[in-house]
Amino acid sequence: MHEMSLCEGILQIIEDQAKVQKFNRVLNVWVEIGDLAGVEIESLLFSFDAVTRNSIAEGAKLNIIKLPSNAWCMMCSKTISIKQRYDECPDCGSYQLQVTSGDEMKIKELEVG
Amino acid sequence: MCTVCGCENGESRIEGGALSTNHEDHHSHHEHEHEREHHHYGKGPAHAHAPGLSQARMIQIEQDILGKNNRYANDNRNHLSELGILALNLVSSPGSGKTTLLTNTLNSLKEELPLSVIEGDQETSNDAKRIRETGISAIQINTGKGCHLDAHQVGHAIQALSPKNESVLFIENVGNLVCPAAFDLGENYKVAILSITEGEDKPIKYPDMFYAADLLILNKMDLLPYLDFNVEHCIQYAKQVNPKIQILKVSAKTGEGMEQWYQWIRLALQKNLIGFKSSSHKIQEST
Repeated sequence: MHEMSLCEGILQIIEDQAKVQKFNRVLNVWVEIGDLAGVEIESLLFSFDAVTRNSIAEGAKLNIIKLPSNAWCMMCSKTISIKQRYDECPDCGSYQLQVTSGDEMKIKELEVG
Repeated sequence: MCTVCGCENGESRIEGGALSTNHEDHHSHHEHEHEREHHHYGKGPAHAHAPGLSQARMIQIEQDILGKNNRYANDNRNHLSELGILALNLVSSPGSGKTTLLTNTLNSLKEELPLSVIEGDQETSNDAKRIRETGISAIQINTGKGCHLDAHQVGHAIQALSPKNESVLFIENVGNLVCPAAFDLGENYKVAILSITEGEDKPIKYPDMFYAADLLILNKMDLLPYLDFNVEHCIQYAKQVNPKIQILKVSAKTGEGMEQWYQWIRLALQKNLIGFKSSSHKIQEST
């Protein structure tokens, strides 16, 4: 449900950049979203179109770069790949995991005209 | 719209007033916000992404989508820590008994500690009214269509409420186990409240929230004999998502276990005030 707010955040960053970088049209937006960021991609794409209507980013395409999530297993002392926050270590079965990546939400770059 | 930071308030209101009412004060501790943005972007023509497109160019941004919220949250956190205020962000699904837990907490601690409350709901100020009946000052934020409180709204509410030095500020978030997890408000701790009339697997159904929480309060424990809720499983799920989470079992209605929660608050406030005394004197002298 907060995808709408995220899109407003994206648009805000784009509008700030437009002033600094002097552009008035956005063609493409690349965002990085981690697997654990809690973002529903479909909903993000839908909201993006709605939020950018009548803005500088109207009609721009939102491109999603999905990032995998990793965690540090304290028992095995190594990095493992996880899908959910409640996953266990595939090797030792421990839940003593420190998530190290996968909650990113970042605007990477823009193609502007 | 706020002309200083360009905040789009949409439908959110603080106590019936538009969000941008108190801006001059508010921006006094936000004014450095714009300077802090930094980004490295490619200069000149487009690189490999767009060969042959004459006018188009690529701009690298590398900015967190929630960066703006996080900056406001840091401002709130710095402001609160200068005043020695302990801020607790209470999160739960609707109907977990959060407001009852809070009013009983206020009634039990009000003689002992200075307290104040920020109430977040989509609509109505019913909860703020309930809180004020305890004699504690409270301010309502209505988020309109919003499903969570954000740090910007809370910054305004803190200005309007002006909580006392060395006090406890409770922020009752919108009842929602999904969205408030992502929005830092500048609180010291997130406290998740889960009533045992909900499913015991809530912690793994909504892992982001329980991962973000520092303390889990299992509420409505008085109903346990009538339910199929397995407390051990629930605790196990919560620890699976967040091995560091602390868990308390209470009934806000009967008072069972509530003393532990009060003790937790007292300790958190004490911990927050370590090293604070000297700065407290400075603040008092200068005002």
